Amino acid sequence: MPESERQIRVLVAKPGLDGHDRGAKIIARALRDAGMEVVYTGLRQTPEMIAEAALQEDVAVVGLSILSGAHMALVPRVLDLLRANGLGDVKLFVGGIIPDDDVPALKALGVAGVFGPGASTEVIVKAVRESVRPA
Amino acid sequence: MSGPPNVGAAAVRAGDRRALARLLTLVENATPAAEAALAELYPYTGGAQLIGITGPPGSGKSSLVNELAKLLRRGTPARPPVTVAIVAVDPSSPFTGGAILGDRIRMRDLAGDPGVFIRSMASRGSLGGLARATADVVRVLDAAGYGAILIETVGAGQTEVDIARAAHTTVVVEAPGLGDDVQAIKAGLLEAADVLVVNKADQPGADSALKALRASLDLAHPIARRWAAAGGGHHRVTTVATEPEAAPDVWLVPLLPTIAIQGQGTEALLAAIDRHRAYLQTSGELARRERDRLAHELEARLRDYLLAALVDRLGQGALAAALDRVAARECDPGTAARALAAHLLPPA
Repeated sequence: MPESERQIRVLVAKPGLDGHDRGAKIIARALRDAGMEVVYTGLRQTPEMIAEAALQEDVAVVGLSILSGAHMALVPRVLDLLRANGLGDVKLFVGGIIPDDDVPALKALGVAGVFGPGASTEVIVKAVRESVRPA
Repeated sequence: MSGPPNVGAAAVRAGDRRALARLLTLVENATPAAEAALAELYPYTGGAQLIGITGPPGSGKSSLVNELAKLLRRGTPARPPVTVAIVAVDPSSPFTGGAILGDRIRMRDLAGDPGVFIRSMASRGSLGGLARATADVVRVLDAAGYGAILIETVGAGQTEVDIARAAHTTVVVEAPGLGDDVQAIKAGLLEAADVLVVNKADQPGADSALKALRASLDLAHPIARRWAAAGGGHHRVTTVATEPEAAPDVWLVPLLPTIAIQGQGTEALLAAIDRHRAYLQTSGELARRERDRLAHELEARLRDYLLAALVDRLGQGALAAALDRVAARECDPGTAARALAAHLLPPA
């Protein structure tokens, strides 16, 4: 099957104790409008739940939305669990409230991209698509 | 780093969840590798109990699936615990092909249980309430050894009745306030019900929804009317519908109230599903339905293959030329199709 006909499957997940998921829903909607199949799992997911959902749903991309400041604890945990599940090839994106200083560290861990509140959905959609289908 | 994922049927049979997930993707994409694996797995299918859950959007299908899955995992005095797979279908956008698959939101109770496997599917243009590949996805999960498979359709209204062919027992979930008593006697979804549920039975309008559906069931099954008259009230969710003393070859659709988010009524629902399953087996209906379903599928696949092969032999040019004539109103679609077929078929 040609790449262009294959659906990109994405898991959008919210680890930790954030109280709302408006941003995550906007991203999910934007990815849907870009023709992707977006599995959305709701608030307060543990890293274990996220890695398990990524495995069962066989997604190519996981997007984490984190507003709480706990990203330096949560992101490495999710990455470890993804790798333990044999999902080392899954691309991980992080969005939310992430200080600029932490971005290089996250990327060094293996995060494919980090997006703050100002990022446009077009930029995010493009980054997600190109991470799966390098131009 | 992970190596190339193993999509072998043997790995799926051995319980490799990564291989299972990977194969389900290939099945959804109808790849040649999936066809080979399906052929290999088919002899191992037929062991799972297939339970379909359908109903209008917002009636609480996902919450009910969540509760049923917990119950199936835990077991009841009447049945041992089994492993559970869930296939949850949500609609694809007809405009972009994208989809939000949100059924897992209501199934977070099931996380962390290795005896549960949940797979979300987008309908990908299919209009019957399921995706085209759902039957094959269910087969793979069946061959992987799951004891029960819960199949949740897209929010369905009146004509999305594919589920009746895909499942052994179809549960139609209604909720209060979704329509008057004429809705309840229209053809379609309600006729597909083996078990009928009014969920959110603690909400206003639950009684009248139960009454309208009860009346509609009585019209369908005059034999049940005696039971309804004798059985009395169905006013509170705590009332468990009494069972009619029916002949074993007649299935009277039970009507059950549930409050899924509180887990109320779900044990009675599972008991009704199991009674239906037993009825299918003792009446011979199970084999008849299975054969009917397979005949339907074989025909549909034959049609697809023949069409593809014939179009191939005709050539796209001939097809485009015929389409031009139809579009120009020179020839109607029926005549054009007959003329194309006449090129290929030997004269009768």
